[in-house]
This record gives sequence, structure tokens and C-alpha cells, in this order.
Amino acid sequence: MRNVYLITLFVCVALASIFGLRGTTFTRPPMDVFPEWAFPGMKYQPKLRPQGASTFFADGRADRVPPAHTVARGMLRDDDQLYLGKDDAGGWVKGFPAKLSVDRAFIEHGRERYTIYCAPCHSELGDGNGITKRYGMGATPTYHDDRLRNMAEGEIYNTITNGKNTMLSYADKLAPDERWAVIAYMRALQRAHQGKPADVSDPAARQTLGIQ
Amino acid sequence: MSKLFPKSANKLPLQILIYLGVLAGIATAGATYYLTPKYTRVGYAPVQPVPFSHAQHVQEVGLDCRYCHSSVDKSGHSNVPTAQTCMNCHNVIKPTSPLLAPVRESFEKNTPVPWVWVHRTPDFAYFNHAIHVNRGVSCVECHGKVNEMDTVAHTQPLSMAFCIECHRNPEMRLRDPKDIFNLDSKNLADQGRAEDARKYIHDWKVMPPQSCSGCHR
Ligand code: HEC
Ligand code: HEC
Ligand code: HEC
Ligand code: HEC
Ligand code: HEC
Ligand code: HEC
Repeated sequence: MRNVYLITLFVCVALASIFGLRGTTFTRPPMDVFPEWAFPGMKYQPKLRPQGASTFFADGRADRVPPAHTVARGMLRDDDQLYLGKDDAGGWVKGFPAKLSVDRAFIEHGRERYTIYCAPCHSELGDGNGITKRYGMGATPTYHDDRLRNMAEGEIYNTITNGKNTMLSYADKLAPDERWAVIAYMRALQRAHQGKPADVSDPAARQTLGIQ
Repeated sequence: MSKLFPKSANKLPLQILIYLGVLAGIATAGATYYLTPKYTRVGYAPVQPVPFSHAQHVQEVGLDCRYCHSSVDKSGHSNVPTAQTCMNCHNVIKPTSPLLAPVRESFEKNTPVPWVWVHRTPDFAYFNHAIHVNRGVSCVECHGKVNEMDTVAHTQPLSMAFCIECHRNPEMRLRDPKDIFNLDSKNLADQGRAEDARKYIHDWKVMPPQSCSGCHR
């Protein structure tokens, strides 16, 4: 009987050393406790998941692009000001499209989006010295020159939507109204850069800044 | 006629029973240890087609999770970034690096980069990123310290028990909304602000589903 217990102990130790402890790093696909052959169609149902693979479509993707020259219901973008940054005459829009209300919440939203998507290159201050400059993105311009201060909002919108030279498009990351919010925040940065002590009107803020 | 069985054989049935009991105990212990997602999934770190390092891009370059996983706060699905997202920088930074060849190929030919899926809920369970992220649950609760990983590894079991544990008692795990994407931040309870967390849950009516149909819909 003692031998049986010894053999059991040995087998346990051997198995434990094969299976290892919880949390060890491994690269082969995880084991299925309820395998697919025993419970077919539960874990992997015949449905397509976002960014998943498909054996049906020729390019192997589950995500489809709408066919050319079609518009999904409710997705018609017929407001050229809002969606293209162009006015009726076909020039770049000056100011913001009438449909948007530029208020504090709008600019705050713009600040958040700017910090995520633009600051890595254009820097939090908009001076073009974001962290990527150190790694070789030398062409990033500063916003604080007259060319960009006077540039029509519509043209900046177009740069965000379609990119320009080495800056690629951000249309997949920012919805149209978010792009306008980012522009509003860019304008706030440009204004702040030219700020003078006399511009600060809030007495409490004057005190913290040490302005007499 | 000699005795066929020695006297000690009288104890044998009992000994066999005891042994079977011990064996059952070992089997139960083994199954609870090895046949749960805590063992089968935690530590899964597949080899990716591009040795992309979160530690380098998040800590060194300082990118926000949303720069790449841009739909995480807007939709149920958190996207793996497009090749263009990488090319935003890598058309200028290390443009000829051999490590990035699959990304460049994908960008030029419009084919997918074959990233290997790490975290995956089964199709019979419903999960939604935006609702968690916008209601104070940080990525670190479910994905661990991705910002320190060179290769993404599965650090939490993401089993049903894991989900329910938080749904029953979210106040210990919620974060200040501005800390969600900062994986080094502490949750409200650990900051000693459990009171704030309770107030937040009350004011914002945070009610994670505990009934089966909440997740198995
Ligand atoms: C990956 C780095 C990078 C990021 C991120 C980035 N940019 Fe740029 N941006 C550039 C570079 C490089 C240029 C210079 C392009 C050129 O060569 O004219 C530029 C130019 C610009 C210009 C000037 C265009 C002109 O007409 O001269 C504007 C405006 C601009 N970016 C806005 C933005 C906004 C808004 C965002 C955030 C949505 C953003 N950029 C994000 C790299 C970047
Ligand atoms: C520069 C772009 C980039 C940034 C920034 C980034 N990621 Fe990722 N992430 C990726 C790519 C590419 C993958 C797919 C390859 C992989 O798994 O390593 C990925 C994969 C992941 C996965 C695993 C997905 C799966 O297959 O299950 C998680 C989880 C994740 N990222 C979380 C984060 C978190 C949290 C942050 C913020 C701290 C972050 N990521 C920031 C690009 C990025
Ligand atoms: C904001 C800019 C930025 C973005 C976006 C970005 N990277 Fe990077 N990447 C960098 C920087 C900076 C380095 C470090 C370069 C160095 O060390 O000189 C780097 C390095 C790398 C390296 C190591 C290259 C080498 O040869 O050592 C790989 C691989 C890489 N990135 C993959 C990716 C992938 C995949 C994506 C898209 C999901 C991506 N990067 C998106 C900025 C970026
Ligand atoms: C409440 C838990 C939870 C939180 C919080 C969470 N995730 Fe996830 N994540 C999951 C689960 C579960 C999956 C698997 C989803 C699936 O199978 O579709 C997943 C999958 C992913 C994937 C891969 C998606 C795919 O289908 O390829 C990425 C990327 C990701 N998460 C990024 C993030 C980021 C970035 C954050 C923080 C902003 C985050 N997650 C927060 C639970 C979470
Ligand atoms: C760290 C805490 C935490 C974890 C872990 C967690 N959840 Fe949640 N979950 C929440 C909170 C908080 C909410 C938001 C409830 C609300 O706003 O009413 C939520 C909401 C949900 C909802 C409701 C969404 C809707 O549209 O109604 C689902 C479904 C859900 N979680 C599924 C899951 C699944 C599946 C997992 C495991 C992979 C998981 N959760 C893990 C905290 C968590
Ligand atoms: C918070 C979301 C959530 C709720 C509520 C929930 N489940 Fe689940 N359930 C899950 C997830 C996620 C999985 C997949 C677990 C995995 O992949 O390991 C799962 C898996 C299962 C499984 C398969 C066994 C397994 O562990 O893989 C069964 C059976 C199940 N759930 C039954 C139920 C029943 C019955 C209820 C109601 C009492 C319920 N679930 C409520 C999220 C939930």
C-alpha cells in the first residue's frame, strides 16, 4: 500500500511539473475546457465579429466597405460646410459651420481629442515640438505663425480629413464634428500664445499668475 | 489446503476505498487548479507578426491608448489599429525597419496585418467596451499593465466569475474618469476615496447587470 501512495505522489509531482503553475507565459493557443467538438456552435457561432475573418468574402474580411456611389440611410453628407469645409462658392470656410455651437464644452472636447491625436507631433502647446520630433518627424510645423493663424478653418479641416504631405489623414479617428472641435482648440492655443497679462480678466486667475 | 489470501487482505477493501477517496481529492484539486481560465488563459502571449511593444509606444513615446484603439470609448468593440495608424509615424520614423515590413505591405496593398487575437469572449457572451470605459472601469482591470508589456499577455482570467465579481461590487474597482487611460493610476478605493466611488455609483446610476440576460443576450 505504501508503494501505491508513493507511486501516486510521483505521478502527481510529474504531472504538476509538466503542467506548471498558473500564470506562466506561453505562446500556443489556450486549451479549451469545453472543446468545440463536444459543444459545437456555442463558442464559435456562424456570425461575423468586428475586424474578424470571413471565409465567405474574397478578401477574407468580415468588415465590409460600402459599395462605391452608395450612401447608407441617414448617412448622407450633403452639408459641404460641415463635411468638406467648403462654402457655397467652393472656397474654404472661414469660421465654423452654422450647425455647430462653439462653446466651452465644445472646446474642452477639442482639447481632449487634440491631446490624444495631435499632441504626439504638434505638442501640447502647438509649437510643433512634440515627442516624435526627437525621433525624426522634423517637418511638423508650429501653429504660431501668421500663415496658420490666418488660414481658413475649412483648409485646416481639409488637412485633418485628407492629410497633407507627410501628415496622413485623421478622418478614421475623428468624426467631422470632432475635427471642428479640434480646430476650435487649435484657435484657442494660437490665441493663448499671443496672450498678454492685460488679457486676463478673472481676478482670482490674475492672483495665481502673479499679475498686478 | 493453504490459505489463498493472507490475513491482511481483510483490510484491503477499506484501504482501496480510502485510496479512491484520496484519488478523487487529488483529481478535484487538479481540475480546480488546471481546468479554469486562471490556468488555461492567463499568461497567453502569442507571437505577433510585428514585434510591437506597448511599453515602447505608451511609456517612451507617451501615446494614449485611444490613439490606436480609437473606438474603445465609442463602440462595443475595441479596434486593433489600421496599418495607416502605424504609418502616421512610421512613414518617417524608421521607414525601412525590417520589423515593420508587414505593416508597410498592408498599407500599400490594403491587406490586413495578421495580428493574433489575445483576448476573446465566446460568441454566446456579450461584452461592450464603451460602457465600461465611460463608466469608470480602466483597461488595467481587465487587461493588466499593458503599458509595461513588450508582448501583450492575457493577465486576467476574463471568466464569468471574474466579470460577476466586479458587477456585484463595482465600488472597489472604479476609477476617476480622468484616470481611465492612465494604467499606473490607482482606483478610487485604493486612493482612500471609497466614499466618492459610492457617490459616483449613486449619482450616475451605475448598475452593472447581474442577471443572465445582461450578458447572455
Ligand atoms: C504623426 C505626426 C502628426 C500628427 C499626429 C499630427 N500631425 Fe499635423 N502635421 C504633421 C506634419 C509632419 C506636418 C507637415 C506637413 C507638411 O509637410 O506640409 C503637419 C502639418 C499640419 C498642419 C499644417 C498644414 C499646412 O497647410 O501647412 C496642420 C493645420 C496640422 N498638421 C494639424 C494637425 C491636427 C489638427 C492634428 C490632430 C488631429 C495633427 N495635425 C496631427 C504631423 C502630424
Ligand atoms: C501605437 C499604437 C498602440 C497604442 C498607443 C496602444 N496599443 Fe494596444 N495594441 C496595438 C496593436 C498594434 C495591437 C495588436 C498586436 C498585439 O497584440 O501586440 C494591440 C493590442 C492590444 C491588446 C490585445 C488585443 C487582443 O488581441 O486581445 C490590448 C488589451 C491592448 N492593446 C491594450 C492597450 C492599452 C490598454 C493601451 C494604452 C495603455 C494601448 N493598448 C495602447 C497598438 C497600440
Ligand atoms: C506617434 C508615433 C508612432 C506611432 C503611431 C507608431 N509608432 Fe512605432 N515607433 C515610434 C517610435 C518613436 C519608435 C522608436 C524609434 C527609435 O527607437 O528610434 C517606434 C518603434 C517601433 C518599432 C521598433 C522598430 C525598430 O526597428 O526598432 C516597431 C516594430 C514599431 N514601432 C511598430 C509600430 C506599429 C506596429 C505601430 C502601429 C500600431 C506603430 N509602431 C505606431 C513611434 C510610433
Ligand atoms: C471590463 C473589462 C475590460 C475593460 C475595462 C477593457 N477591456 Fe478590452 N477586452 C475585454 C474583453 C472581455 C475582450 C474580448 C472581447 C471580444 O472577444 O470581443 C477585450 C478585447 C480587447 C481588444 C481586442 C479586440 C479584438 O477584438 O481584437 C483590445 C484592443 C482591447 N480590448 C483594448 C482595450 C483598451 C485599450 C481598454 C481601455 C481603454 C480596454 N480594452 C478595457 C475586456 C475589457
Ligand atoms: C472592474 C469592474 C467590471 C468588470 C471586471 C466587468 N464589468 Fe461589466 N460593467 C461594469 C460597470 C461599472 C458597468 C456599467 C453599469 C452601468 O453603467 O449601469 C458594466 C456594464 C456591463 C454590461 C451592460 C452593458 C449594457 O449595454 O447594458 C455588460 C453586458 C457587461 N458589463 C459585461 C461584462 C462582461 C462580459 C465582463 C467580463 C469579461 C465584465 N462586464 C467585466 C463593471 C465591470
Ligand atoms: C457579467 C456578465 C455575465 C452574467 C451576468 C452571466 N454570465 Fe454566464 N458567462 C459570461 C461570460 C463572459 C462567459 C464566458 C466565460 C469564459 O469564456 O470562460 C460566460 C459563460 C457561461 C457559461 C458557459 C460555461 C463557462 O464558464 O464557460 C454558462 C453555462 C453561463 N455563462 C451561464 C450563465 C447563467 C445561468 C447566468 C445567470 C445566472 C449567467 N451566465 C450570467 C458572462 C456572464
